[in-house]
Amino acid sequence: MENVVELKNVTKKFKDFSVENINLQVKQGFVTGFIGANGAGKSTTIKMMMNLLKPDAGKVNVFGLDYRTHEKEIKERIGFVYDDNVFYEALNLKDIKRIIAPAYKRWDNSLFYQYVERFELPLNKALKKFSKGMQMKASLAIALSHHPELLIMDEPTSGLDPIFRRELMNLLQEIMMDGKLTVFFSTHITTDLDRIADYIVFIQKGKLVFNQSIDEVAENYALVKGGIDLLDTDTEKAFVHVHRAATGFEALTDNRKAAESIFGDSVIIEPASLEDIMYYLKGGIYHV
Amino acid sequence: MQIIISNSSKEPIYEQITKQIKSSILTGKLQEGMSLPSIRQLAKDLQISVITTKRAYEELEKAGFIYSIVGKGSFVAEQNLEVIKEKKLKVIEEQLSAVITNSREIGLSLNDLQELLKFLYEE
Repeated sequence: MENVVELKNVTKKFKDFSVENINLQVKQGFVTGFIGANGAGKSTTIKMMMNLLKPDAGKVNVFGLDYRTHEKEIKERIGFVYDDNVFYEALNLKDIKRIIAPAYKRWDNSLFYQYVERFELPLNKALKKFSKGMQMKASLAIALSHHPELLIMDEPTSGLDPIFRRELMNLLQEIMMDGKLTVFFSTHITTDLDRIADYIVFIQKGKLVFNQSIDEVAENYALVKGGIDLLDTDTEKAFVHVHRAATGFEALTDNRKAAESIFGDSVIIEPASLEDIMYYLKGGIYHV
Repeated sequence: MQIIISNSSKEPIYEQITKQIKSSILTGKLQEGMSLPSIRQLAKDLQISVITTKRAYEELEKAGFIYSIVGKGSFVAEQNLEVIKEKKLKVIEEQLSAVITNSREIGLSLNDLQELLKFLYEE
Protein backbone atom coordinates (compact mmCIF):
# COMPACT_ATOMS: atom_id res chain seq x y z
CA MET A 1 0.00 0.00 0.00
CA GLU A 2 1.81 3.06 -1.21
CA ASN A 3 -0.86 5.63 -0.38
CA VAL A 4 -1.93 5.71 3.23
CA VAL A 5 -4.58 8.34 2.57
CA GLU A 6 -6.36 8.88 -0.68
CA LEU A 7 -8.94 11.56 -1.44
CA LYS A 8 -10.73 11.24 -4.75
CA ASN A 9 -12.79 14.15 -6.09
CA VAL A 10 -13.80 15.11 -2.57
CA THR A 11 -16.24 17.98 -2.23
CA LYS A 12 -17.77 19.54 0.86
CA LYS A 13 -20.01 22.57 0.65
CA PHE A 14 -20.95 24.96 3.43
CA LYS A 15 -23.09 28.06 3.23
CA ASP A 16 -20.26 30.46 2.61
CA PHE A 17 -17.35 28.16 1.91
CA SER A 18 -16.52 24.94 0.15
CA VAL A 19 -13.68 22.62 -0.69
CA GLU A 20 -14.09 21.31 -4.17
CA ASN A 21 -12.91 18.33 -6.08
CA ILE A 22 -9.88 17.59 -3.92
CA ASN A 23 -7.59 14.81 -5.11
CA LEU A 24 -4.66 14.01 -2.90
CA GLN A 25 -2.47 11.14 -1.79
CA VAL A 26 -0.36 10.72 1.31
CA LYS A 27 2.57 8.40 0.67
CA GLN A 28 3.56 5.78 3.20
CA GLY A 29 6.68 6.41 5.29
CA PHE A 30 7.01 10.06 4.32
CA VAL A 31 6.21 13.47 5.78
CA THR A 32 3.55 15.32 3.84
CA GLY A 33 3.06 18.98 4.67
CA PHE A 34 -0.32 20.56 4.07
CA ILE A 35 -0.09 24.28 3.42
CA GLY A 36 -2.52 27.04 2.64
CA ALA A 37 -3.58 30.40 4.02
CA ASN A 38 -5.99 30.69 6.93
CA GLY A 39 -9.42 29.67 5.71
CA ALA A 40 -8.11 27.82 2.65
CA GLY A 41 -9.81 24.58 3.70
CA LYS A 42 -7.02 22.77 5.54
CA SER A 43 -9.01 21.88 8.65
CA THR A 44 -12.08 20.90 6.62
CA THR A 45 -9.95 18.53 4.57
CA ILE A 46 -8.32 17.04 7.66
CA LYS A 47 -11.71 16.56 9.29
CA MET A 48 -12.82 14.59 6.27
CA MET A 49 -9.68 12.45 6.51
CA MET A 50 -10.67 11.76 10.12
CA ASN A 51 -14.32 11.18 9.28
CA LEU A 52 -15.33 14.05 11.56
CA LEU A 53 -17.02 15.53 8.51
CA LYS A 54 -18.61 13.56 5.72
CA PRO A 55 -17.92 14.68 2.16
CA ASP A 56 -20.90 15.63 -0.03
CA ALA A 57 -19.23 13.85 -2.92
CA GLY A 58 -16.09 11.85 -3.60
CA LYS A 59 -14.21 9.14 -1.74
CA VAL A 60 -11.93 9.12 1.27
CA ASN A 61 -9.79 6.02 1.78
CA VAL A 62 -7.38 5.53 4.68
CA PHE A 63 -5.07 2.49 4.70
CA GLY A 64 -7.05 1.47 1.62
CA LEU A 65 -10.17 1.14 3.75
CA ASP A 66 -13.51 2.90 3.75
CA TYR A 67 -14.83 4.63 6.86
CA ARG A 68 -18.31 3.33 6.19
CA THR A 69 -17.20 -0.23 6.79
CA HIS A 70 -13.95 0.05 8.78
CA GLU A 71 -14.18 3.17 10.93
CA LYS A 72 -12.96 1.51 14.12
CA GLU A 73 -10.04 -0.22 12.46
CA ILE A 74 -8.92 2.98 10.72
CA LYS A 75 -9.13 5.10 13.88
CA GLU A 76 -7.19 2.48 15.82
CA ARG A 77 -4.24 3.05 13.49
CA ILE A 78 -4.29 6.88 13.49
CA GLY A 79 -2.75 9.28 15.97
CA PHE A 80 -4.35 12.70 15.87
CA VAL A 81 -3.11 16.03 17.23
CA TYR A 82 -5.30 19.13 17.07
CA ASP A 83 -4.15 22.71 17.29
CA ASP A 84 -6.29 23.30 20.35
CA ASN A 85 -6.41 21.25 23.46
CA VAL A 86 -9.43 18.98 23.18
CA PHE A 87 -9.01 17.20 26.47
CA TYR A 88 -10.95 18.06 29.57
CA GLU A 89 -8.90 20.92 30.85
CA ALA A 90 -9.57 20.30 34.52
CA LEU A 91 -8.12 16.80 34.29
CA ASN A 92 -4.49 15.89 34.66
CA LEU A 93 -2.51 13.71 32.31
CA LYS A 94 -2.87 10.60 34.45
CA ASP A 95 -6.69 10.84 34.34
CA ILE A 96 -6.73 11.54 30.65
CA LYS A 97 -4.54 8.52 30.03
CA ARG A 98 -6.94 6.43 32.08
CA ILE A 99 -9.83 7.54 29.86
CA ILE A 100 -8.08 7.22 26.52
CA ALA A 101 -5.92 4.11 26.93
CA PRO A 102 -8.79 1.56 26.97
CA ALA A 103 -10.03 2.92 23.63
CA TYR A 104 -6.97 1.54 21.86
CA LYS A 105 -6.09 -2.13 21.54
CA ARG A 106 -2.47 -1.30 20.94
CA TRP A 107 -2.08 1.22 23.78
CA ASP A 108 1.45 0.97 25.20
CA ASN A 109 1.74 2.22 28.76
CA SER A 110 5.51 2.05 28.92
CA LEU A 111 5.81 4.00 25.69
CA PHE A 112 3.45 6.61 27.13
CA TYR A 113 5.62 7.00 30.23
CA GLN A 114 8.73 7.21 28.05
CA TYR A 115 7.24 10.21 26.25
CA VAL A 116 6.06 11.73 29.53
CA GLU A 117 9.60 11.52 30.84
CA ARG A 118 11.20 12.71 27.64
CA PHE A 119 8.86 15.70 27.37
CA GLU A 120 9.15 16.37 31.12
CA LEU A 121 5.39 16.37 31.54
CA PRO A 122 3.83 16.51 35.01
CA LEU A 123 1.26 13.76 35.53
CA ASN A 124 -0.70 15.35 38.33
CA LYS A 125 -1.11 18.89 37.10
CA ALA A 126 -4.37 20.00 35.45
CA LEU A 127 -3.97 20.48 31.72
CA LYS A 128 -5.34 24.01 31.86
CA LYS A 129 -2.21 24.96 33.80
CA PHE A 130 0.05 23.64 31.03
CA SER A 131 1.83 26.08 28.74
CA LYS A 132 0.96 25.89 25.03
CA GLY A 133 4.12 23.92 24.34
CA MET A 134 3.42 21.47 27.15
CA GLN A 135 -0.16 20.94 25.94
CA MET A 136 1.22 20.14 22.53
CA LYS A 137 3.69 17.68 24.02
CA ALA A 138 0.89 16.06 26.05
CA SER A 139 -1.28 15.66 22.92
CA LEU A 140 1.67 14.18 21.11
CA ALA A 141 2.51 11.73 23.91
CA ILE A 142 -1.08 10.48 23.85
CA ALA A 143 -1.29 10.36 20.06
CA LEU A 144 1.92 8.32 19.78
CA SER A 145 1.35 5.84 22.58
CA HIS A 146 -0.81 3.42 20.65
CA HIS A 147 1.80 2.88 17.90
CA PRO A 148 -0.11 4.70 15.16
CA GLU A 149 0.80 4.06 11.54
CA LEU A 150 -0.44 7.49 10.53
CA LEU A 151 0.02 10.68 12.51
CA ILE A 152 -2.28 13.52 11.46
CA MET A 153 -1.65 16.91 13.00
CA ASP A 154 -3.66 20.05 12.48
CA GLU A 155 -1.42 23.10 12.92
CA PRO A 156 0.79 21.45 15.53
CA THR A 157 3.37 24.21 15.52
CA SER A 158 1.18 27.31 15.62
CA GLY A 159 1.86 29.35 18.71
CA LEU A 160 5.01 27.41 19.55
CA ASP A 161 8.48 28.85 19.84
CA PRO A 162 11.16 28.03 17.24
CA ILE A 163 13.12 25.84 19.64
CA PHE A 164 10.20 23.56 20.34
CA ARG A 165 9.21 23.52 16.66
CA ARG A 166 12.67 22.32 15.74
CA GLU A 167 12.64 19.72 18.49
CA LEU A 168 9.31 18.46 17.19
CA MET A 169 10.73 18.10 13.68
CA ASN A 170 13.69 16.14 15.09
CA LEU A 171 11.35 13.93 17.09
CA LEU A 172 9.29 13.18 13.98
CA GLN A 173 12.38 12.14 12.07
CA GLU A 174 13.42 9.93 14.94
CA ILE A 175 10.12 8.08 15.30
CA MET A 176 9.89 7.66 11.53
CA MET A 177 13.26 5.92 11.44
CA ASP A 178 11.87 2.44 10.77
CA GLY A 179 9.84 3.75 7.84
CA LYS A 180 6.52 2.54 9.21
CA LEU A 181 5.00 5.81 10.37
CA THR A 182 3.47 8.26 7.93
CA VAL A 183 3.03 11.90 8.95
CA PHE A 184 0.57 14.39 7.54
CA PHE A 185 0.40 17.83 9.06
CA SER A 186 -1.02 21.19 8.22
CA THR A 187 0.86 24.36 8.93
CA HIS A 188 1.35 27.88 7.75
CA ILE A 189 4.84 27.99 9.19
CA THR A 190 6.56 26.83 6.05
CA THR A 191 10.09 26.80 7.47
CA ASP A 192 9.14 23.62 9.35
CA LEU A 193 8.43 22.01 6.01
CA ASP A 194 11.52 23.34 4.25
CA ARG A 195 13.46 21.21 6.70
CA ILE A 196 11.85 17.80 6.69
CA ALA A 197 8.80 17.54 4.42
CA ASP A 198 8.99 15.07 1.55
CA TYR A 199 5.72 16.02 -0.13
CA ILE A 200 3.77 19.26 -0.14
CA VAL A 201 0.05 19.58 -0.61
CA PHE A 202 -0.99 23.16 -1.28
CA ILE A 203 -4.61 24.20 -1.01
CA GLN A 204 -6.03 27.59 -1.77
CA LYS A 205 -9.59 28.85 -1.51
CA GLY A 206 -10.89 25.29 -1.22
CA LYS A 207 -9.06 24.04 -4.28
CA LEU A 208 -5.95 21.93 -4.56
CA VAL A 209 -3.10 23.83 -6.22
CA PHE A 210 -0.54 21.03 -6.17
CA ASN A 211 0.51 17.78 -4.53
CA GLN A 212 4.21 17.37 -5.32
CA SER A 213 7.45 16.13 -3.83
CA ILE A 214 9.75 18.89 -2.59
CA ASP A 215 12.09 18.03 -5.47
CA GLU A 216 9.32 18.66 -7.98
CA VAL A 217 8.38 21.92 -6.25
CA ALA A 218 12.01 23.05 -6.41
CA GLU A 219 12.32 22.04 -10.07
CA ASN A 220 9.08 23.67 -11.20
CA TYR A 221 8.77 26.82 -9.14
CA ALA A 222 11.25 29.69 -9.17
CA LEU A 223 11.43 33.43 -8.64
CA VAL A 224 12.42 35.44 -11.68
CA LYS A 225 13.75 38.98 -11.30
CA GLY A 226 14.60 41.40 -14.07
CA GLY A 227 13.94 44.69 -15.85
CA ILE A 228 10.38 45.74 -16.69
CA ASP A 229 11.28 46.08 -20.40
CA LEU A 230 11.55 42.28 -20.63
CA LEU A 231 7.85 41.85 -19.95
CA ASP A 232 5.24 41.57 -22.65
CA THR A 233 2.12 39.47 -23.15
CA ASP A 234 4.23 36.61 -24.55
CA THR A 235 6.99 36.47 -21.98
CA GLU A 236 4.52 36.88 -19.13
CA LYS A 237 2.91 33.57 -20.05
CA ALA A 238 5.80 31.88 -18.25
CA PHE A 239 4.61 33.36 -14.97
CA VAL A 240 1.79 32.63 -12.58
CA HIS A 241 2.21 35.97 -10.91
CA VAL A 242 4.13 39.16 -11.66
CA HIS A 243 4.94 41.90 -9.21
CA ARG A 244 5.98 45.14 -10.91
CA ALA A 245 7.88 47.99 -9.35
CA ALA A 246 9.77 51.01 -10.69
CA THR A 247 13.00 49.13 -10.04
CA GLY A 248 12.04 46.00 -11.98
CA PHE A 249 9.79 42.97 -11.75
CA GLU A 250 9.71 39.92 -9.56
CA ALA A 251 7.64 37.00 -10.78
CA LEU A 252 6.79 33.47 -9.82
CA THR A 253 6.99 30.79 -12.47
CA ASP A 254 5.69 27.24 -12.22
CA ASN A 255 7.75 26.26 -15.23
CA ARG A 256 11.34 27.09 -14.41
CA LYS A 257 12.74 25.56 -17.60
CA ALA A 258 10.44 27.65 -19.81
CA ALA A 259 11.46 30.81 -17.95
CA GLU A 260 15.13 29.91 -18.36
CA SER A 261 14.77 29.41 -22.10
CA ILE A 262 12.75 32.61 -22.60
CA PHE A 263 14.93 34.93 -20.56
CA GLY A 264 18.34 33.23 -20.49
CA ASP A 265 20.89 35.29 -18.63
CA SER A 266 18.92 38.52 -18.82
CA VAL A 267 17.19 37.79 -15.51
CA ILE A 268 18.03 36.38 -12.12
CA ILE A 269 16.34 33.06 -11.39
CA GLU A 270 16.26 31.98 -7.78
CA PRO A 271 14.68 29.11 -5.87
CA ALA A 272 11.22 30.02 -4.57
CA SER A 273 10.51 29.20 -0.94
CA LEU A 274 7.16 27.69 0.01
CA GLU A 275 6.32 31.05 1.52
CA ASP A 276 7.06 32.79 -1.81
CA ILE A 277 4.82 30.32 -3.59
CA MET A 278 1.99 30.75 -1.09
CA TYR A 279 2.27 34.51 -1.24
CA TYR A 280 2.43 34.88 -5.00
CA LEU A 281 -0.33 32.40 -5.69
CA LYS A 282 -2.62 34.13 -3.26
CA GLY A 283 -4.13 36.79 -5.44
CA GLY A 284 -3.71 35.85 -9.09
CA ILE A 285 -2.12 38.34 -11.49
CA TYR A 286 -2.29 41.97 -10.46
CA HIS A 287 -0.34 45.08 -11.33
CA VAL A 288 1.38 47.36 -8.89
CA MET B 1 31.27 10.06 7.06
CA GLN B 2 31.37 13.81 6.92
CA ILE B 3 28.83 15.76 4.88
CA ILE B 4 28.34 19.50 5.10
CA ILE B 5 25.18 20.95 3.59
CA SER B 6 24.82 24.57 2.59
CA ASN B 7 21.27 25.86 2.56
CA SER B 8 22.27 29.00 0.71
CA SER B 9 24.01 27.18 -2.11
CA LYS B 10 22.38 27.20 -5.53
CA GLU B 11 23.28 23.57 -5.85
CA PRO B 12 20.39 21.27 -4.89
CA ILE B 13 20.95 19.51 -1.58
CA TYR B 14 20.86 16.01 -3.09
CA GLU B 15 23.69 17.05 -5.42
CA GLN B 16 25.74 18.38 -2.53
CA ILE B 17 25.37 14.98 -0.87
CA THR B 18 26.25 12.95 -3.97
CA LYS B 19 29.29 15.11 -4.68
CA GLN B 20 30.65 14.79 -1.18
CA ILE B 21 30.11 11.04 -0.99
CA LYS B 22 31.69 10.61 -4.43
CA SER B 23 34.68 12.60 -3.34
CA SER B 24 34.99 10.55 -0.14
CA ILE B 25 34.99 7.40 -2.27
CA LEU B 26 37.49 8.76 -4.80
CA THR B 27 39.90 9.90 -2.10
CA GLY B 28 39.62 6.56 -0.34
CA LYS B 29 37.96 7.83 2.83
CA LEU B 30 35.06 5.52 2.05
CA GLN B 31 36.28 2.15 0.91
CA GLU B 32 34.74 -0.67 -1.01
CA GLY B 33 32.19 -2.62 1.00
CA MET B 34 31.84 0.00 3.73
CA SER B 35 28.24 0.55 4.76
CA LEU B 36 26.57 3.93 4.43
CA PRO B 37 24.00 5.25 6.91
CA SER B 38 20.39 4.44 6.02
CA ILE B 39 18.51 7.13 4.10
CA ARG B 40 16.44 7.86 7.20
CA GLN B 41 19.46 8.06 9.47
CA LEU B 42 21.22 10.39 7.05
CA ALA B 43 18.10 12.54 6.69
CA LYS B 44 17.88 12.84 10.45
CA ASP B 45 21.58 13.62 10.86
CA LEU B 46 21.45 16.31 8.18
CA GLN B 47 17.98 17.46 9.30
CA ILE B 48 16.62 17.26 5.80
CA SER B 49 13.82 15.33 4.16
CA VAL B 50 14.02 11.61 3.47
CA ILE B 51 13.14 12.14 -0.16
CA THR B 52 16.32 14.20 -0.61
CA THR B 53 18.67 11.56 0.82
CA LYS B 54 16.77 8.90 -1.09
CA ARG B 55 17.38 10.76 -4.33
CA ALA B 56 21.07 11.25 -3.51
CA TYR B 57 21.53 7.51 -2.95
CA GLU B 58 19.61 6.72 -6.13
CA GLU B 59 21.92 8.96 -8.15
CA LEU B 60 24.99 7.39 -6.54
CA GLU B 61 23.63 3.97 -7.33
CA LYS B 62 22.97 4.90 -10.95
CA ALA B 63 26.52 6.17 -11.28
CA GLY B 64 27.83 2.91 -9.83
CA PHE B 65 29.36 4.36 -6.69
CA ILE B 66 27.17 2.47 -4.25
CA TYR B 67 24.80 -0.47 -4.24
CA SER B 68 21.85 -1.32 -2.01
CA ILE B 69 20.58 -4.58 -0.64
CA VAL B 70 16.95 -4.54 0.47
CA GLY B 71 16.76 -4.89 4.24
CA LYS B 72 20.50 -4.50 4.71
CA GLY B 73 21.33 -1.03 3.49
CA SER B 74 23.69 0.68 1.10
CA PHE B 75 27.38 -0.05 0.56
CA VAL B 76 30.28 1.41 -1.32
CA ALA B 77 30.63 -0.41 -4.61
CA GLU B 78 33.83 -1.73 -6.04
CA GLN B 79 35.45 1.13 -7.87
CA ASN B 80 37.75 1.05 -10.75
CA LEU B 81 39.67 3.99 -9.35
CA GLU B 82 42.20 4.05 -12.17
CA VAL B 83 39.46 4.46 -14.76
CA ILE B 84 37.74 7.18 -12.75
CA LYS B 85 41.00 9.03 -12.19
CA GLU B 86 41.77 8.76 -15.87
CA LYS B 87 38.40 10.32 -16.71
CA LYS B 88 38.89 13.11 -14.18
CA LEU B 89 42.35 13.79 -15.57
CA LYS B 90 40.89 14.15 -19.03
CA VAL B 91 38.35 16.68 -17.76
CA ILE B 92 41.12 18.59 -16.00
CA GLU B 93 43.17 18.66 -19.21
CA GLU B 94 40.23 20.08 -21.12
CA GLN B 95 39.56 22.70 -18.48
CA LEU B 96 43.23 23.70 -18.41
CA SER B 97 43.28 24.03 -22.19
CA ALA B 98 40.42 26.49 -21.92
CA VAL B 99 42.36 28.38 -19.22
CA ILE B 100 45.43 28.54 -21.48
CA THR B 101 43.37 29.81 -24.40
CA ASN B 102 41.87 32.53 -22.24
CA SER B 103 45.26 33.45 -20.80
CA ARG B 104 46.80 33.83 -24.28
CA GLU B 105 43.95 36.07 -25.33
CA ILE B 106 44.90 38.60 -22.68
CA GLY B 107 48.63 37.97 -22.92
CA LEU B 108 49.01 36.34 -19.50
CA SER B 109 52.43 34.64 -19.33
CA LEU B 110 52.98 31.07 -18.23
CA ASN B 111 54.78 32.34 -15.15
CA ASP B 112 51.90 34.61 -14.16
CA LEU B 113 49.43 31.81 -14.79
CA GLN B 114 51.45 29.36 -12.70
CA GLU B 115 51.59 31.87 -9.91
CA LEU B 116 47.85 32.41 -10.07
CA LEU B 117 47.23 28.67 -10.04
CA LYS B 118 49.62 28.22 -7.13
CA PHE B 119 47.86 30.97 -5.20
CA LEU B 120 44.39 29.49 -5.82
CA TYR B 121 45.48 25.92 -5.20
CA GLU B 122 46.96 26.75 -1.84
CA GLU B 123 44.07 28.90 -0.74
